[in-house]
Amino acid sequence: MWKLTQIELYKIFQRPRTFISFGAITALIAAVQIGLKVDGKSYVDFMLSTTSSLEIEGNILNGYLICYIILQMLLINVPLLITLIAADMISGEANMGTLRVLLTKPFSRTEFVLAKFFAATVYTLLLLIWLAILALFVSMLVFGTDDLFLFKSSYIVLIKETDVFWRYCGAFAFAAIAMTTVAALGFFLSVFSENSIGPIVSTMSIIVFLTVLSTMNIPFYSLIKPYLFVTHMNNWKEFFDQQVNENNEAIIGTIQSPQKIVNSLIILVLHIIGFVGASIYFFRKRDILS
Amino acid sequence: MRKIFVFFITYFIVAATTAQDMTPLVKKARAKLDLVSDYSAEGVMKTDIIFIKAPISKIKVYFKKPNKFKLKKDGGISLLPKGGISVNMSTIVAVDDYVALAAGTAIIDGYKTTIVKLLPNNEASNIVLTTMYIDEENMLVRKAITTTKENGTYEMQMQYGAYAKYGLPDKVYFTFNTKDYKLPKGITLEFDEPGQKNELDKLKNKKGKVEISYTNYVINKGISEDVFK
Repeated sequence: MWKLTQIELYKIFQRPRTFISFGAITALIAAVQIGLKVDGKSYVDFMLSTTSSLEIEGNILNGYLICYIILQMLLINVPLLITLIAADMISGEANMGTLRVLLTKPFSRTEFVLAKFFAATVYTLLLLIWLAILALFVSMLVFGTDDLFLFKSSYIVLIKETDVFWRYCGAFAFAAIAMTTVAALGFFLSVFSENSIGPIVSTMSIIVFLTVLSTMNIPFYSLIKPYLFVTHMNNWKEFFDQQVNENNEAIIGTIQSPQKIVNSLIILVLHIIGFVGASIYFFRKRDILS
Repeated sequence: MRKIFVFFITYFIVAATTAQDMTPLVKKARAKLDLVSDYSAEGVMKTDIIFIKAPISKIKVYFKKPNKFKLKKDGGISLLPKGGISVNMSTIVAVDDYVALAAGTAIIDGYKTTIVKLLPNNEASNIVLTTMYIDEENMLVRKAITTTKENGTYEMQMQYGAYAKYGLPDKVYFTFNTKDYKLPKGITLEFDEPGQKNELDKLKNKKGKVEISYTNYVINKGISEDVFK
């Protein structure tokens, strides 16, 4: 099956549109970095205007904060870039008429689906690694490093410089699971279609619809919100909140709600298993002769 | 009747004179601090502000006569009450032109203290009123409450140890008023779950506190002007 996955990866990276995502991420991150390098002081001054009773000294606009800002903005849009490839994995073959030929090879349909899904997952992970290199490492290089000073809506979190990097490792690992869930959804929808446009647009529509639903504080929807994968996709931010002791001192190396992260990971992994399982089930039943 | 009248008049004159006569006490407290031309000290700072989650941090402070004061964090970002932390005892008693009034006595940390209210004569002064709790026995300022024009009221409580002979505290508890902090969720991209808001509302109107524990004072060894830039 590894051979089949390699072939799928080769096919993904032979398509020029695969690199659109890498190009788009590079351009977006560069735009944010240049903007903040040129006029980051205005951004920081605006944020600090909310803490008028305090004097804050130090390099607030450092690489760690820049990376957090970029992730906040990009991790909402990255699903679109992932969908472009994942939702095309099977529907693209059907559209080109190569599906029937491919299935004459000595592989089971389950192996075929899994190989395609693993290839889509590898693409997703590579996109996130590229995002991490640009957003974290390049920002660290350009803006330097210091404590991470985070403005949340109701409070401020100050994380020591030595306590930040592992949180980014955790956040990117979490984001990888979240984005794989998106890839799994797109992949699942591609099983039913004869062209790529339908699954791509459907996946994005579902994500937008569920995101709107999950941000509405209406009690009726609160019942289903904990089970929607989009509710959990943004919980990488939990890595950047720390516990405090009875004296309100932040405890280094802690996460405010580790259980929240675990719960989110369980929901996301269950969605991945569900989508991939359903993809295998429906693809095995699919009529490829028509 | 006449004798009683004379007695009360005399009593009020004496009482009034006593109330106006706290300048010598302030000068005595200042004389102790005057032994120090400059100092640097290492310390540990704890920040307790309700809307800030910050760890304990190592700091270094520098003072040079007449009123230069600098607090530097040992790397990293520091959070300090605006204009407040620089109001240390040396700078408070460095004010020359003031009226010192007696305002009774109080027990602070088990020490009997005399309350003195300092009113600056200079109307341009940022400090409106300073209330000092002076331990006359040890000639130390145990507590000071300073009201400023621009930055509200600050309260400092000091604990002394090895450097008491110089009037330098081992520990300073700094209390100040904080304003509410709020950022639009559209900026932070956070959407609270119902129920979280009430918990945060309960925590409003709490004072901010900064606690600094000083160690390793280096006194009168000279400090470069560059430190204060």
